[in-house]
Amino acid sequence: MDGTIQSAELMNSGAEAILRALKAQGVDTIFGYPGGAVLPIYDAIFQQNEIRHILVRHEQAAVHAAEGYARSTGKVGCVLVTSGPGATNAVTGLVDALMDSIPLVCLTGQVPTHLIGNDAFQEADTTGITRPATKHNYLVKKSEDLVRVIHEAFHVARTGRPGPVVVDLPKDILIAPAPYREPVQVQHRSYRPRTEPDPRRIEEAVALLKRSARPIVYAGGGVVNAGPEASRLLTEFVRLTGFPCTNTLMGLGAFPASDGQFLGMLGMHGTYEANLAMHGCDVMLNIGARFDDRVTGRLAAFSPNSKKIHADIDPSNINKSVVVDVPIVGDALAILKALIAAWKKDSTPQDRAALAQWWQQIDVWRSKNSLRYTQNRDPGSIIKPQYAIEQLYKATRGRDTYVTTEVGQHQMWAAQYFKFEKPNHWMTSGGLGTMGYGLPAAMGVQVAHPDALVIDIAGEASILMNIQEMSTLAQYRLPVKIFILNNQYMGMVRQWQELLHGGRYSQSYSEALPDFVKLAESFHGVGLRAEKVDDLDRVIAEMIAVDKPVIADICVDEKENVFPMIPSGAPHNEMLLGPEHKGHDKPGVTDAGLALV
Amino acid sequence: MSNNDMRSATISVLVENESGVLARVIGLFSGRGYNIDSLTVAPVERDGSKSRITVVTQGTEMVIEQIKAQLDRLVPVYKVLDLSEGPHLSRELALIKVLGTGEKRAEALRLADAFRARVIDATTESFTFELTGATDKLDAFLDLMRPVGLAEVSRTGVAAIARGVKTIE
Repeated sequence: MDGTIQSAELMNSGAEAILRALKAQGVDTIFGYPGGAVLPIYDAIFQQNEIRHILVRHEQAAVHAAEGYARSTGKVGCVLVTSGPGATNAVTGLVDALMDSIPLVCLTGQVPTHLIGNDAFQEADTTGITRPATKHNYLVKKSEDLVRVIHEAFHVARTGRPGPVVVDLPKDILIAPAPYREPVQVQHRSYRPRTEPDPRRIEEAVALLKRSARPIVYAGGGVVNAGPEASRLLTEFVRLTGFPCTNTLMGLGAFPASDGQFLGMLGMHGTYEANLAMHGCDVMLNIGARFDDRVTGRLAAFSPNSKKIHADIDPSNINKSVVVDVPIVGDALAILKALIAAWKKDSTPQDRAALAQWWQQIDVWRSKNSLRYTQNRDPGSIIKPQYAIEQLYKATRGRDTYVTTEVGQHQMWAAQYFKFEKPNHWMTSGGLGTMGYGLPAAMGVQVAHPDALVIDIAGEASILMNIQEMSTLAQYRLPVKIFILNNQYMGMVRQWQELLHGGRYSQSYSEALPDFVKLAESFHGVGLRAEKVDDLDRVIAEMIAVDKPVIADICVDEKENVFPMIPSGAPHNEMLLGPEHKGHDKPGVTDAGLALV
Repeated sequence: MSNNDMRSATISVLVENESGVLARVIGLFSGRGYNIDSLTVAPVERDGSKSRITVVTQGTEMVIEQIKAQLDRLVPVYKVLDLSEGPHLSRELALIKVLGTGEKRAEALRLADAFRARVIDATTESFTFELTGATDKLDAFLDLMRPVGLAEVSRTGVAAIARGVKTIE
């Protein structure tokens, strides 16, 4: 992207040029926090009305909010923070977006160019610190580069495998006049991601799929990133072929959960049928997922007898951990279009009898009902966390509901029991596993969708990591609903300590918790609490009805664990089922498995 | 790719000559736990807009494929070429200081002559040689010089190029 062929218009300041470039890139919202180095940009923001600035209470939250905004709209999220601590506070959010392929542009202030390297006040080597935390980053040293770099940053963030881009802006560059040029679609000098798949690879893939007896489609976040049309085509392809389909944590919503061909989520806490189908398949089609260690379990024993087709926009994901037979590099949308066309064109008849037999086998696995749990409905009974999620799902069905989560047991229960029919409605920190993600992400979703129901499914430990954003919710009247599954433990840590560390609950008890009802009230919101099973539906109904930020403190069974579970280092067919199932036992974890996270 | 044998790879990377590009490449290697045996970099376009990095690394076939794919997805990278996949030439240059007097001086000169090393500086107690060649030739020369009075070495690292008409772009 090089705009030099256009004549430039000189803007009064770099800050004004930046705002104009942001508008040209379609930015309507910036999440940020001011400070000395970015004051010129804040001054320019003050003097215009087209871009809305949402003032967060911590820079990490600005990045997560932009992630929520980006993932729920398909647009590039935009962040503005100051130099030094502003930038370093943003780093966790940047890595989160990098791991989950979320398009962001983060503008960071920097000390003036003549002070760089002098250990100036609020100076940090932002490009150095964020180099491995971003898809790409820039330090603007000349005013004539400024606008080109901003346009290029958006291009890099949104194309190919999306990701976060940092633009570091010295204060003198923000003050000095700068030339403005409109963005033009010119090929980048060195960055040219491949989006169109190789037709020969598509034919090879279809040839394998047509001749398969035990196929499975394994779809991930790449399908969601490719836009809603890609999810529609995934659904079309799965129905066309009659294949079973499983989604990764990041891919939930890419295929409708209510569809009979959906096996649920796979991986460490995936369903019995999804994991055993992955283990036993003869042809696997991976679209937009990356064989994450949470999905594969022990690599050497991962789906040992299958031919593997891997469609990914990032060539470095191919053969990274799992060696595949047919690699397809390209955008999920283009690949799905090509697969559907090639499937229809290939006249090889499908072995329908074999497929029917495969479904029979899957139905046997399904009949295990691996997500089964028992909720005592007698008044006064303790609430099971799974039941809380199911009731929440039932109460919100039919609405345009967006769900974010924090990280831990509640996140897995949300993934297992909340059913997503559409993409872009489920926001969770998958790769990095960032506690504190859910509340700011929900904030960003609510800003983008003011009339939608936005729920952060949280744990009592995670929510405290960015609880200050309650203040932001109040300021902008964002009626985000925080649904805390409060088991008074860092539940996933406690679960691992129970199963793997002899029940020594080192530092995992949530001591000295706040009164969440009063806490909500002190932040100008509404606090609700459900202590017994007979409180639950009323609390959920009230939470949904209130047009204000709400914290619903759901007191749940402290002892409940997330099942099924593939212990670290175990293969898919050595899954632990819950206490409801015969033969439930503590895992036999090897020393090698214990060393895994 | 069941091949778990380690192999050496000489990879040429053509990059945009912008600030931080070398840090990106080095950071990629350290961050992902890849080895660097040698690394050289210098601008190669007349206007200084592109630089060529030559990196010698080791790994299994799968790791080397990963290294190439990871390098290729860096935004300022134009082209990644694994020279070890075909016939190629690689050279490095060393400046070698040898200290000594008497018979050892004569021996140092004889060895230098055999290796076609040039004397580029001399005092009554020292020689500094310049030697160009493949890595193993330099290694052999240094091994021979060690008992003769090898005192200091400065090596450039490997620069490499494909044989024949093949070019990186």
